[in-house]
Amino acid sequence: MLENAYLIPLLPALSFVFILLFGKRFKGGDAVHWIGIGVVGVVWVLSLVLGAQWIDRSEDALSGGGSSYEESLVVVVGSSGTGAGVLLGTEAGEGAPAPIAEPVISQITWFQSGGVEHSVGTYVDGLAALLLVVVSTVSLLVHIYSTEYVRGDVRYVHYYAFLSLFTASMLFFVLSSSILQMIVGWELVGLCSFALIGHWWEDSANSSAALKAFLTNRVGDIGLLVGMIILFFGAGTFDIFQINDMVARGEISHLVLLMASLSLIAAVMSKSGQFPLHTWLPDAMAGPTPVSALIHAATMVVAGVYMIARLYPVFYEGFAINTSSINLLSFIGGFTALMAAGLAFFQWDIKKVLAYSTVSQLGYMVMALGVGAWTAAVFHLFTHALFKACLFLGAGSVSHASHHTFDMRKMGGLKKHMPVTFWTFAIASLALAGIFPLAGFWSKDEILIGAWTGQQSGYPLMLFFGAAVAALTAAYMTRVIYYTFFGEYRGHGTPHESPKAITVPLVILAGGAVLGGLANLPSPAADAIGLGGIAHRIETYAEPVNFLAPLGLTVAAPSLAMALIGLGLALSGIGVTYLYFWKGMGPQGLSERNKYARAGRTFFENKYYLDYLYNDIIVASIKWPIAKATYWFNQNVIDKVVDSVGEGARDGGQFVYRYIDQAVVDGTVNATGTAANASGESLRVIQSGKVQDYGALLFGAVGVLAIIFVIVI
Amino acid sequence: MQATGFDAWAVSLVVFLPLLGALVMLAVPSKEEETHKLIALVSSLGALAAGIYILVQFDYDNTSELQFLVDKSWIDVINSRFIVGVDGLSLPMLILSLVVVPLCIVYSWQHIPEPGNPKAFLMLILVLATGMNGTFVSHDLILFFVFFEIVLLPMYFMIGVWGGPERKYASLKFFLFTLFGSALMILSFLALFFVAEDPSGTALNTFDMRALSQWAGAGLSLTTAVVIFGGMFMGFGIKVPMFPFHTWLPDAHTQAPTVGSVILAAVLLKLGTYGFIRIALPILPRAAEQWAPWIGLLAVIGIIYGALGCLAQTDMKRLIAFSSVAHMGYVMLGISTLTTLGINAAVFGMVAHGLITGILFFVAGSVKERYHTLEIARLGGLLKAAPRMGWILGFATMASLGLPGLAGFWGEFPAILAAYQPAPALSEELFRVYMVIAALGTVLAAGYLLWLYQRTAFGEPTEEFADLEIADVNQYEWLAWTPFLLAILAFGVYPNLIFSLTDDTVGNIVSAFGG
Repeated sequence: MLENAYLIPLLPALSFVFILLFGKRFKGGDAVHWIGIGVVGVVWVLSLVLGAQWIDRSEDALSGGGSSYEESLVVVVGSSGTGAGVLLGTEAGEGAPAPIAEPVISQITWFQSGGVEHSVGTYVDGLAALLLVVVSTVSLLVHIYSTEYVRGDVRYVHYYAFLSLFTASMLFFVLSSSILQMIVGWELVGLCSFALIGHWWEDSANSSAALKAFLTNRVGDIGLLVGMIILFFGAGTFDIFQINDMVARGEISHLVLLMASLSLIAAVMSKSGQFPLHTWLPDAMAGPTPVSALIHAATMVVAGVYMIARLYPVFYEGFAINTSSINLLSFIGGFTALMAAGLAFFQWDIKKVLAYSTVSQLGYMVMALGVGAWTAAVFHLFTHALFKACLFLGAGSVSHASHHTFDMRKMGGLKKHMPVTFWTFAIASLALAGIFPLAGFWSKDEILIGAWTGQQSGYPLMLFFGAAVAALTAAYMTRVIYYTFFGEYRGHGTPHESPKAITVPLVILAGGAVLGGLANLPSPAADAIGLGGIAHRIETYAEPVNFLAPLGLTVAAPSLAMALIGLGLALSGIGVTYLYFWKGMGPQGLSERNKYARAGRTFFENKYYLDYLYNDIIVASIKWPIAKATYWFNQNVIDKVVDSVGEGARDGGQFVYRYIDQAVVDGTVNATGTAANASGESLRVIQSGKVQDYGALLFGAVGVLAIIFVIVI
Repeated sequence: MQATGFDAWAVSLVVFLPLLGALVMLAVPSKEEETHKLIALVSSLGALAAGIYILVQFDYDNTSELQFLVDKSWIDVINSRFIVGVDGLSLPMLILSLVVVPLCIVYSWQHIPEPGNPKAFLMLILVLATGMNGTFVSHDLILFFVFFEIVLLPMYFMIGVWGGPERKYASLKFFLFTLFGSALMILSFLALFFVAEDPSGTALNTFDMRALSQWAGAGLSLTTAVVIFGGMFMGFGIKVPMFPFHTWLPDAHTQAPTVGSVILAAVLLKLGTYGFIRIALPILPRAAEQWAPWIGLLAVIGIIYGALGCLAQTDMKRLIAFSSVAHMGYVMLGISTLTTLGINAAVFGMVAHGLITGILFFVAGSVKERYHTLEIARLGGLLKAAPRMGWILGFATMASLGLPGLAGFWGEFPAILAAYQPAPALSEELFRVYMVIAALGTVLAAGYLLWLYQRTAFGEPTEEFADLEIADVNQYEWLAWTPFLLAILAFGVYPNLIFSLTDDTVGNIVSAFGG
């Protein structure tokens, strides 16, 4: 599979076309999901096979040392000769050969320009393999879940078609071997996001949310395009391997890398919902819930994180992560994490709480990357995908039971009505909150340690952000659970547990939320349970040490103290919220009594007024005054100039005709004048406007210019 | 090397078969409408068949060489010769033109616009075809000019007779604007005839583009070269159209009948950009370097200005027309970088814009036919009323805003990319500013296109049309549109289809700029 990874995105792409063209023929579309499930099932199996093969390959590299480079020749179908051997040479020179398998790259020519061929292909390494498994797993579960959740929808066929297209685009993006290909995948997942957010486009609120998502992402894409262009000219190639390799060898200047990273951050802001371009993500909840789980929580929104991880040498050098103790990347991430966590408290829509939580957790990952904790970020990406997908699907299950509402004020007391949903949701919440020994505990812990130790110096501010967010996360999730599952049911009808198609994916994902930590258990913990061999698996298999070691990246050692602090923060967040909601302690109703508290609440409830700034000030001014003014200029200035010069020329022509042509027959002027006049006359026959002016003008002007021409030449 | 046997006739067939068809139609009484349609279709398909023969026989290892070359004496007194041939640069444009014409005729089968008279209408299309095909294969300036001008009259009549309520104003504006540019262009051509000399100082006195490109302005004073280039700039720039000479375009497009708009957008605008690449740059490279920053400036102004103009529109067709100003801005930006990548992107952009805007105008025409209006505020819910047409509009919209994986992207992104590092003679800082502005334009493009789509296709049909039965895409429309859709997808997925064709020819042109 390593060489034929192209099959993985190709199959769902074909399934998209097939479903779109022939989906209606399967029981009028009702059975169309079997195509999607079948194909994604195959893709899931292929991804697992690929993952296993990658592990084999890594083990070979680990045990065989240098000889593995011989076996793992880079497969190049096109012309782009990547240098596995060259890289080996550098590392030998460094004296510290990092035992990691080379990525498997298969490419064909995509287009050529100036005799240089640019390739498209697949780039398989541990990071890609991990993402393939995550994407195909969540996608498969969402496909199954949707058979029940979206059943009977007006556009059932289109829904499944776009699920397939999304899966294909995301896998294509993950497997990118060139930055150009990344751009393509990046935009295609955006298209699917657009189509699925706007799935119920009859309602203009949904289509507006879709537009907002697309346009916000386009703003970020300026950064993507510019950043990738800078990288292309800096490295002279689109090839990811070569770019990373050149950075690792210090062949690209710091300035270029800095400019590229700064530009690319804008893209991360939009796609991965970082401040200040995160505003589209909560609105994206207008789409069907399984879509929110798949696209707007587990997979697409991590594209920005993935891009940083994939091009990590660029960012690492660009932001001098090695030597700094604060940088833009870590700040954006940390600030976003905190800001979004704050907003999560003020939402009544359960999906919007989860959306802000996603923004916050993505901030965590970006921050982790910003402090040099590459493995921690990827680990958190992995665990987050599991428990956040579980939470979203759980929210969908809740809504399915309680009259399709997401308003927590109309829920309550659902614990006894839907036990499976409750328990899976609770487990995932605890995992998100970072409670031992669930998945989120391990990955969050690694990020905190990463911020604490940093590289050459710690990142104190990021540690503060991370710690605060840890407590806040636990608190807002407790609030959600209180409003949704405890107390009395406040909605209509009798809620009921969801059917198996919904609960089984929930249980599987909750299982992942429990066990996900095993993917990168720190060695003391692994030793303690007698599984020393499985410690640090993501670090071992996925971290591209070959690029990062020459740059001096180190991985922070596990720390019991930090683990206890993180756990303590999470528990205190849960504890305080528990006391506030269940026991009625604390400043209840503060914002009704105190105007400062009320002002603060309003500020949060209006989401820091960012939407107001974007929609009502920036977009509105471009859409109306600026566009209108431009058009007015077009009609009344440019066209008027043409018109009035035309009138002038007509008058000139008449003048010439009357006073010069009639009086003194002058060769050159005569030609101009009569031409102008004759054209005016002939036009008048068919034209009842001022167009004849043009004729006079243009012929007149041609005459004049002809004279100038003759003189000059 | 001159072609022999059938090859020597291939290009001429491509050019003159449509004209022959038009002549045959002259002899048929106008009431036999079906016969006229048949003749028009057959002759345009005949030209296409010859084009496919060229496509098959083309030597893809020597794309920069002029193939199927015919060089015969023509107007001896001014040493103008009948030189036609095809290379990697002309081939994609020629095929585009050859494909679009029969599809337009198929579309017209049931859509002859008011006031009818298919005989005249189809004859004009065929004459247009001869002009367009001829322009793309000519390698003599006078021959080029003749074909370039032949295009003018049929389009003038098409807009003026079959157009909308403002047709007379629009058609004259189109005609005179273009004629004005052409007049300056022919002056430049004449000037070239007189000023070009070989190294020994004897005048070349030729209109042969190959010889003139060989000469490339050697020994000519820069001022003279810049002025001559200026004349060509006016001729080609108005046709593109470049800001601020674009005001004829929205009027012409809005008033033109559907197939008129399609041909105008798909092929006619490309005559200008093609002229820049084929004639202006290679013959006067030093002057091109002087002009390039200004062309780049007008191009990026056009990108932003066109986009803002789109945002202000209330009429769907006029919006699409304005979007051409923006899109052709990317093409001109690519050309102005004077780099291989930029000009390759420009050629790609020409084909992509032709296909995408072509299909957009088709859809607009069909919407108009069904709703009898294109006022955006009155439309809505197209996806509900005619789902397939809604999908096609969505597809074209996405392609137009430059979605990767569809053709539009490969004209746009590489052009922006190329601006980062223009030819050595140009200012890097300046073009990087252009690059950022052009990148901003992609956001605006997404804005006006998605906004258009939201208002026309999403939502429920407006009350006015709620009870109206809207027919979905019919078979003639499918026939005419499917090739467009497939081509947009194919070029988007595998851009090398065009890049590999144009690369060598463009490389030769760019070698003059040291890029």
